Amino acid sequence: MSQSIAAPSTTAHRAGSNIGDAIFGFAVRAAGVFVLLLLGSLIVTLFIGGLPAFKAFGLGFVFSTDWDPVQDVFGAAVPIYGTLVTSVLALIMAVPLAFGIAFYLTELAPMWIRRPVGTAIELLAAVPSIIYGMWGFFVIVPLMSQYIQPSVIDTFDGIPVLQDFFAGPPFGTGIFTAALILAVMIIPFIAATMRDVFLTVPAVFKESAYGVGCTTWEVMRAIVLPYTRASVVGGIMLGLGRALGETMAVTFVIGNTNRIATSIFGPGNTIASIVALEFPESQAGSLKLSSLLALGFILFVISFIVLAISRLLLRPRSK
Amino acid sequence: MSGAAATADLRPGPAKDERVAKALGSRRKRANMIVQVLCILATVIGLLFLAAILFTLIYRGFAGLHLSVFTEVTKPPGSGGGLLNPIVGSLIQTAIGTAIGTPIGLMVGTYLAEYAAGSALGNAVRFVSDVLLSAPSILIGLFIYELAVAPFGGFSGIAGAIALAVIVIPIVVRTTEDMLNLIPTALREAAVALGAPKWKMIVLICYRAAKDGILTGVLLAVARVAGETAPLLFTSLGNLNWSVALNRPMASLPVTIYQYAGAAYEDWVELAWVGALLITFGVLALNIVARLVLRNRN
Repeated sequence: MSQSIAAPSTTAHRAGSNIGDAIFGFAVRAAGVFVLLLLGSLIVTLFIGGLPAFKAFGLGFVFSTDWDPVQDVFGAAVPIYGTLVTSVLALIMAVPLAFGIAFYLTELAPMWIRRPVGTAIELLAAVPSIIYGMWGFFVIVPLMSQYIQPSVIDTFDGIPVLQDFFAGPPFGTGIFTAALILAVMIIPFIAATMRDVFLTVPAVFKESAYGVGCTTWEVMRAIVLPYTRASVVGGIMLGLGRALGETMAVTFVIGNTNRIATSIFGPGNTIASIVALEFPESQAGSLKLSSLLALGFILFVISFIVLAISRLLLRPRSK
Repeated sequence: MSGAAATADLRPGPAKDERVAKALGSRRKRANMIVQVLCILATVIGLLFLAAILFTLIYRGFAGLHLSVFTEVTKPPGSGGGLLNPIVGSLIQTAIGTAIGTPIGLMVGTYLAEYAAGSALGNAVRFVSDVLLSAPSILIGLFIYELAVAPFGGFSGIAGAIALAVIVIPIVVRTTEDMLNLIPTALREAAVALGAPKWKMIVLICYRAAKDGILTGVLLAVARVAGETAPLLFTSLGNLNWSVALNRPMASLPVTIYQYAGAAYEDWVELAWVGALLITFGVLALNIVARLVLRNRN
């Protein structure tokens, strides 16, 4: 009885499920291709939008420090310089702290503390960038201009080379402040990545090292770090990718001046900050708007390279 | 006496000399101690940053948190007003952006987990999605400006929602793929053995088993786009008047905060802090809820 119920359904059902499978398979594959097209059209759109600027200024666009809307002359050198300098400075500040946090959370902290502290650090990454901008502008900038910058400038005054490096009026804003805010923003990304890769080290390796009498730090230096080296660098590159394109936080505190600053307290700009600030004042179809889109294209190329390297290094071990 | 000397000779290296061995040991311990203290210090500094930001938000924003913030629209400086239109605008754009981005992200994640194992197309899609995940959001704003603002002659709420959708997609892709990969193969085999076609296996078995994880991804995506400013600057622009029309410029909380915080009027700056307080605690609450959803499952 029960067999006769099951039997007839097979042929009719099989045909229906084949069509269902074909439709579903096509739909998800199409969605995958859509994502490829999305990134492809993003690149093409920025390039086409920037084409008039590339044509007007040629390769000199990348090396020119001019930004003169009145004369209609634009160059990308200052924002590119600002983007790279702030991001690298931010990395220098963020990497040691992020490493310390990841080391503490994986090897040192008592078990019950790891989850809440880890979550708190991750929440730091969830705070919107505009909030970092406001906090930087209203809290860090006054601190910098009243206490930190005057004392540092005084300390290095009279020492050749270094006095230029830390020169300038203590406005509080500038490249160093922007880098500091960026560092706070990327610490959680780097720390979380490092923590996750540290946890992939097989316990046997670490136990063997402890067994021959290594201290915690020696285990970290001689076992964990060599084992995870590539992924750690990948995590740092991920943080760098974030820092390069950060807009709102930097716009608030960098001082927004189109000049290559030799002092790290000097004002500057980044690609993202100049786009955010100058865009509202650009006419549709103007050479200025095209220059901003060209800057966007350059930023995309830089971030793409950094993120691609990061992905490559963060690939799971194939073993 | 001679026995002790014999065992000392058997020991290798510097340990032969008791004093050298002790000095070396205490040096290693000291280095370990210093690093441990530095690591605790780094963690404390990280936590202090979070505490400082939250404290500043409460200190500067809590005083201005009246009912009028939620009931009145933005007004010219000096005449009070609230944040009703930015709040509603943010809700609308975030909701539409999530509604557009989630199904696409879900399908891409399904493709990567269920169909693309080892294929070149799958690897390309995974790579591109991960690049989109970390791509500067201001570029997504420029992209949507060229695509959905410039050709149609004006900033619009729907353009803002589309820009947010582009940010939602890769977040949902990542969590969906990860969560589907966690589902045991035995569960799939059981479904297939009963004669279920692949799509039914995915929709009825895998999606149900991964429900909490996928929901977490969507919540994290909402939390991320709710605070985004840069992509909205060039798409929905912001609007100081009440407007919920999708084809007109639309206010949003982050853009209003940006405009107000940089203004010279004290009441605008105060409202900016109130908005900052609302958005930060909203976003952090969403993040915590998302974590709780995932933890309940385990």
